[in-house]
Amino acid sequence: MNDNRIGLYRFGSLGVLLALVALWWVASNAGWVSRVFLPTPQATFASLLEGLNLSGSGDSGGELLGFTHATVGRMIEGWLLASLFGVLLGAAIGVSPQVRAWVQPTLEFIRPLPASALLPLAISIFGLNPGMVLFVVAFGAMWPVLLATVHGFAAVEPRLAEVARCLQMSRAAYIWKMGLPNAMPDILAGMRLALTIALIVAVVGEMIASQSGLGQAILLAARAFRASDLFAGIVLLGLIGFVSNALLAVAEQRLLRWQRP
Amino acid sequence: MTDGRLFRWLRPWVFPIVLIGAFEWYARRAAALGSDALAPPSAAAKAFVGAAMDGSLWTATGFTLGTAALGLLLGAVLGIALGVVLGLSRRAAQLGSVSIEVLRPVPSVALIPLAMLGFGFGVRMELAIVAFATFWPLLVLVQAAVQQVEPRLLEVSRVLGLSARERAFKIVLPAIVPRLFVALRLGVAVALVVAVTVEIAANPNGMGYAMMIAQQSFDPALMLAWLGWIGVVGFAVNAGMLMLQRAVSRRMGVPS
Repeated sequence: MNDNRIGLYRFGSLGVLLALVALWWVASNAGWVSRVFLPTPQATFASLLEGLNLSGSGDSGGELLGFTHATVGRMIEGWLLASLFGVLLGAAIGVSPQVRAWVQPTLEFIRPLPASALLPLAISIFGLNPGMVLFVVAFGAMWPVLLATVHGFAAVEPRLAEVARCLQMSRAAYIWKMGLPNAMPDILAGMRLALTIALIVAVVGEMIASQSGLGQAILLAARAFRASDLFAGIVLLGLIGFVSNALLAVAEQRLLRWQRP
Repeated sequence: MTDGRLFRWLRPWVFPIVLIGAFEWYARRAAALGSDALAPPSAAAKAFVGAAMDGSLWTATGFTLGTAALGLLLGAVLGIALGVVLGLSRRAAQLGSVSIEVLRPVPSVALIPLAMLGFGFGVRMELAIVAFATFWPLLVLVQAAVQQVEPRLLEVSRVLGLSARERAFKIVLPAIVPRLFVALRLGVAVALVVAVTVEIAANPNGMGYAMMIAQQSFDPALMLAWLGWIGVVGFAVNAGMLMLQRAVSRRMGVPS
């Protein structure tokens, strides 16, 4: 298949998306689905413009911008904390086969626990405040990074470990020069999963703990039957997920370039 | 020899027991100082037995597992069907790619308020969100699996003049069974996490809600009992799926 045809399919693929939007437009405007549940695309777009303060009317609206900012901030702060502690703890556990043998079964047990199940516990310990939500976001998102780091360290080629011993490398040098570079693909994959979890937990945390953000905004919009505001929030959340994922994919490609032949 | 085996069998339990012991000590000290936010694990165990005896444990667990299973069923059937189509036809895959890239990153929890609006509380809202959340990973993994089906198998089907339906059911689906179970294992994990999350955030049913209510009525012992039980259920379901997946792989002659 030559470039020309690939370009054509890209174009057609956009067309499919447009067709889906058109279907939405027809379904909502013709009243196939009640507008209480499914607002028209133009109403959603208007809510987005107003919420983001782009409509030009100036004085009213502009709330969504602040909510988006709060949610993205929570997500990124929690994600950075999770990555930092995940890699540190993971390296500490992964570097020694002894520690691994004692601790790893417990980690495997905790892994399937939903991060949001920690919210009630965190509420009763810390109370309803932004720090509590941040803690749960960081804790929930830390898990994939931690386990990926442990796995990456466990999978270091045994001969490399022998070389390190022959060179009498200190443990810190071993972690820095062999363990971490070797675990890098695993860590980055874990961090990507962590970002998704961070967004989800941030939204759930805002819903439960009434912290200002998109999670709370869409819940309130649904309760007040403001479907177009609800859809605007969902669109923004999808956009956050899309952009953060895409950015991380680019970063991953750059960081791992040295590994490819 | 037996000593070594006993040691290896006991070793995984040491760390959690130390953790639980430390928590017991800390919670008792906090309780002595007049805090009612935490309860020692021993009290949680008692609350757990109470919930198991009066049946509330089993009703809530049944609701969560049943809804997660139904949602997964719906999400998996749709995801597998579309995955097979997109895997077999490169043209369809390319045409659908932008829509999938745009829709997939929408966090499943963002749909909680929408499902609430459309379905009210109960089984249907939770089922819809679980189906949405499990649809995407299954779609992507099945599509990748179908694209890796031995091309000669597809040639054979063409030579035999099989219809599209026969090709899907007689050639493609059997060929991807081992990978399908890997995808299903992931789907089960996602379904359970999403089901509990929906219950914690909105739906007044199931394990997540029971835990929320225990917290809100200042019953930390019961809340911890639920947390531990959710962990055990999650672990058991995941371990069961792993065993199933390995058994299927072995049966199909794929080293796993």
